[in-house]
Amino acid sequence: MMGSLLRRVRWDALLLPLVGIAAVVALWAIISTTFSTSLPSPAKTWETSKPYILSPFEKRGELDQGILRFTFYSLVLVAKGYALAILIGTPLGFWLGLSKLFTKAFDPIIQILRPVSPLAWLPLGLVLFGKSHPAAVFTIAICAMWPTVLNTALGVRAIPQDYLNVARVLRLSRTKTLFKVLLPATLPYMFTGFRLSLGIAWLVIVAVEMLTGTPGVGGFLWQEYNSLVYEHIILCIGTIGIVGFVLDRMMSLVEARFKAA
Amino acid sequence: MSFLEMTAVRKGYGPAGSRTEVLGGIDLSIEKGEFVAIVGFSGAGKTTLISILAGLLAPDSGSVRLNGKEITEPGRERAVIFQNYSLLPWMTVFENVALGVDQAHADWPAARRREHVEKYVAMVKLTQARSKKPGELSGGMRQRVAVARALATDPEILLMDEPLGALDALTRATLQDEIERIWEEDRKTVVLITNDVDEAVLLADRIIPMTPAPAAVLGPSVTVDIDRPRDRKSLNHDPRFKSIRNGVIEFLLQKRALRTSPTRTPAPATV
Repeated sequence: MMGSLLRRVRWDALLLPLVGIAAVVALWAIISTTFSTSLPSPAKTWETSKPYILSPFEKRGELDQGILRFTFYSLVLVAKGYALAILIGTPLGFWLGLSKLFTKAFDPIIQILRPVSPLAWLPLGLVLFGKSHPAAVFTIAICAMWPTVLNTALGVRAIPQDYLNVARVLRLSRTKTLFKVLLPATLPYMFTGFRLSLGIAWLVIVAVEMLTGTPGVGGFLWQEYNSLVYEHIILCIGTIGIVGFVLDRMMSLVEARFKAA
Repeated sequence: MSFLEMTAVRKGYGPAGSRTEVLGGIDLSIEKGEFVAIVGFSGAGKTTLISILAGLLAPDSGSVRLNGKEITEPGRERAVIFQNYSLLPWMTVFENVALGVDQAHADWPAARRREHVEKYVAMVKLTQARSKKPGELSGGMRQRVAVARALATDPEILLMDEPLGALDALTRATLQDEIERIWEEDRKTVVLITNDVDEAVLLADRIIPMTPAPAAVLGPSVTVDIDRPRDRKSLNHDPRFKSIRNGVIEFLLQKRALRTSPTRTPAPATV
C-alpha cells in the first residue's frame, strides 16, 4: 500500500516532468536537423556549453565567464531594481488603498504607465541618468513596481471593517494602527505582489542587459548572438528560465507562510 | 441626568430619496452600574444603535451623552465586544488583549501592563491558551478573548453587540454564566444587545424591547426583579421569569405583526 503510493508520487512529480522535457528536446533535435540547420542540435549545444556549465564561476575574460558568474551579475542588478521597486511600490500601494482621492487622481496614470515595455523605459533612463547602470536599475524598478503597487492597494481595500473598528474602539494611534493592523492584514496581498514583481524584474533584466551591453546572462546572450555562437543563446535561455523558476518557487514559499498565518 | 442618555437619536443609510431610516428616534437612559439588555429581532437596527454608542457612527440627529458629555468618537471609558469577536488573527491571545491594555494604560510600566493582561487572560480561563492564535481556538474561546480584551481596558461601560449570537447553545449557556460571574465582580455598566430573550432575563437588570427597522424605536422597559446570582435551572420554574419573558416576546411579536400586515389587526401572540 505504502510502496504503491510512493511509486505513484514519484511517477507524478518526477517522471512526468522529465517526459515533458524529453519531448521538447526531441522536438528541438528534429527541428535542428530538418527545418533549420543553423539551429544547433542538443548534443552540439551541450558540447559547446560544457565549459560554461562545468566551471560555472570561472572568469576567462570580461565577456567570457562561467554561466553562474553571469547569473550572479544579473541577480545583483535585479536585486537593486527590485529593492527600489518594493521601496517605492509598497507605500504607493498603501496610499492608493487608503485614500479614494489619491486613487482617483493617480489610478489612471498608473494604468497608462503600467503596460509600457522595458525597451521603452530604458532610453528614458539613459537620458535621465546618463550612465547605463543607474538607467538599468531605474528600468527594472519602474517595470517591476506595478504588481506590488496594485496588490498592496487591493490588500488594503480588502481589510475587513471589523479590524478597523477594533483599531478605532481601542483608540490605537495612527502608527500603531498601521503596524499592528493595516500592515499585517495586507501582508498576504503584498507578498503576492512581491512575487509577481520579482518575475517581471527578472524578465526585464535580459532586455536591459542586451541594450546596455552590461555583463550578465542577457548581455552574454546578445554578445554570443553577435559572435554567431548560437549554442550559447540556448544555454542562456535555459539558465534564465531555470533561475526565474527557482526565484518564483522561493517567493511562493515565503508567500505561503504569510497566507497560512 | 443619567449616566448614559440618548435622546431622539435618528440614523438612516443611503442617499436622499431612497434613504432608509434605521433608527427612528431612540430614547434611552441608563444608570451607572446597571445591566441593560436591548432585545430585538435580527435586522432591527441593534448594531447601528451600539455603533452609535461606541462612537463608530454618528447619529443624523439627536444626542448621545455619557457622563454629560456628547459622544462623537470612540472613547477610553467605553469598551465594545463585537458579535464576530474581531480578534486580530496574526496575534496571540495575549497580544490581542495587550493591544487594548497598552493603549489604555500607556502610562503604566511594562511589567504592570503585562501583569494586568495576564490577570484578564486568567479571568476568562485562557492562561493555558495564552500563546495561541485565534485560528486555533473554538468560537467560545475566541469570544472569551474578546471579553478579556474589552474588560482589560478598564472601561466604565461595556457595550456588547450580540456577543454570543454565533455560538452553539451549550457554549452560549456557559459563557452567559461566565459573563454573569465576571459582572458580579465589579458591576460595570453594561449594554447588552441580543435577540435571545432568555439571555436578557438571565443577565439584565432591565430589558428594553426594540421594534423592528425601519425607524426602530425602543419599547417600554421591563425591570427584571429576580435575585442574583440567578440560577438557570430554578429560573425556568420562576413565575416572574415566565411573565417577564412572555411580556417581552408578546410586545415584539405585536410590533412585528403591525409592521408586516398593517391593514389587518394583529393576531394575539401566543408564546
